[in-house]
Amino acid sequence: MTATTIPRQTTEAAPHVASERSAAENRLGQKLVAPALIMMLLVTAYPMLQALYLSLFRYRLTTPDDKGFVGLGNYATILTDSLFWKDTLNTVVIMVVTVAVELVIGFAFALVMHRIIFARGVMRTSILIPYGIITVVSAFAWQFTFSINNGWVNAWFSWLPGISATTNWYGDHWHAMFAIMVSEIWKTTPFMALLLLAGLSQISEDMLEAAKVDGATAWQRLYKVILPNMRAAIMVAVLFRALDAFRIFDNIFIMTKGAQNTESSSFLTYRQAIEQFQLGLGSALSVLLFLTTLLVAYLIVKLFAVNLAQARGEA
Amino acid sequence: MRKTGVSTYIGFVVILVWCLLPIAWIVSLSFKSVAETTVGSPQFLPEHATWDNYKVLLGMTPDKTASHDFLLALRNSFGISIIATFLAVIMATLAAYAIARLEFKGKRFVLSLALAIAMFPVVSLVGPLFDMWRTFHLFNTWPGLIIPYMTFTLPLAIWVLSAFFREIPWEMEQAAQVDGATSWQAFRKVIVPLAAPGVFTAAILTFFFAWNEFVLALSLTSTTASRTVPAQMSFFVGPDPFNPPYSQLATASVIVTIPVIIIVLLFQRRIVAGLTSGAVKG
Repeated sequence: MTATTIPRQTTEAAPHVASERSAAENRLGQKLVAPALIMMLLVTAYPMLQALYLSLFRYRLTTPDDKGFVGLGNYATILTDSLFWKDTLNTVVIMVVTVAVELVIGFAFALVMHRIIFARGVMRTSILIPYGIITVVSAFAWQFTFSINNGWVNAWFSWLPGISATTNWYGDHWHAMFAIMVSEIWKTTPFMALLLLAGLSQISEDMLEAAKVDGATAWQRLYKVILPNMRAAIMVAVLFRALDAFRIFDNIFIMTKGAQNTESSSFLTYRQAIEQFQLGLGSALSVLLFLTTLLVAYLIVKLFAVNLAQARGEA
Repeated sequence: MRKTGVSTYIGFVVILVWCLLPIAWIVSLSFKSVAETTVGSPQFLPEHATWDNYKVLLGMTPDKTASHDFLLALRNSFGISIIATFLAVIMATLAAYAIARLEFKGKRFVLSLALAIAMFPVVSLVGPLFDMWRTFHLFNTWPGLIIPYMTFTLPLAIWVLSAFFREIPWEMEQAAQVDGATSWQAFRKVIVPLAAPGVFTAAILTFFFAWNEFVLALSLTSTTASRTVPAQMSFFVGPDPFNPPYSQLATASVIVTIPVIIIVLLFQRRIVAGLTSGAVKG
């Protein structure tokens, strides 16, 4: 990037001085982004290509001499294995449920934070604590909360149907999934709320006042004025959170270690590549995970039909 | 003027409880004795509050097995996070200046790449990086974590900084020069104070990422030579693997959360501005 600078194409009509100046600007710009760009390509693009290459081999670190080309064999193995589909389903369920719940709660939080005129500092500080706390710590806190011997959930909520002093939250699939999702939702709702609050504060008070004068009810104002005007903010929040939820790993690793079929796609990839030294199979899983993430991003962008670059002011 | 309704007060209390209850819980748990949690202690507050867990983890007791690993991990976490933050912010500042102020070919490409990396499933790099790091002797070293950390924080840092830099009235630099300042003076006295808050915000968000990161820390380290706190905590099972030392884990949790709380208390306004910058325009 630094060695080869591409001369800027200028129209013949442009004055000579201006074109020289813009060529210099072009060179400087490229030099300044070069370190960051090279770093990003080296640490993500190169290993990803490496994964693509390794995924075509039978390659296990415990038996390195047995390395051999298997073509798409690893992909066939994975795609015909029910475990892969089960883990993908878990991941999708976690993503859809957590993002939906966070969107609703986050929006309610954003409304409160927008209206509040006292103790704004206290509110901002508290809302940033779940965001800033280490995910592993949050996972431990919630694991202990739902613990049968040392948690308070069973004691506090035993009046609810289905919960008693002996409810084992890590004893079956849905209870464990619930505990994992609670931890995920607790930690990331504040982030969602902050993004939505930023969108909310862009809506002009005049517009809301006008709607009120015209006789719109609170619900009408929400659906007809507030939500349509927050489209870009909602889109960004949902996209970022959905892709973040899709790579869920920390919470599951700490809370259940994948027991009761709570494993996610990320967990499966980690387990194959690192714990079982299956670099060939693990790489194939990496490639599939990457492709699924792209698909999810594509679907969300299509669903909301908003130009992302435009939404972030980077047209 | 808006007036504050009852529902807003209720909402305020709900948000505070939501955010702080789990924190209160781990703080309370950290004061329970190991004996109390081993027997089972489902009540919220400890029966006999004790500083024992803090003493054990900070090496103030004769038995240093738990504190030795924990303090090394704490050192690794601080060292790796601070170095990664420093390097990422330098690179991101250069790039963001170019993106905010200069016209050059490939700007869109850099921005798209940054966005793609921000959404990238980190775990899909774990296998190939593990393989590469063994070849380059970076496995289980500080640089082995610093390099990926700064890469994965570059996108966020670049976004935040270019949003900040776009708001800076750069013509003030020329104005200062017209008034007789040298270009160095103009840069130091005018531009640096204007740009510093943005750089600082990017640094905080980068630090949070590195301090929090778990997948890479788990996969690319094998001993306390480079293992960071989140990874170390996940291996901290105590003598009985079927009965983890809840209260000691809670104590470790509280200790590593203290820096986060201090940063949040001091810089809450900037963090919020950084998190939401560029997210809503359009």
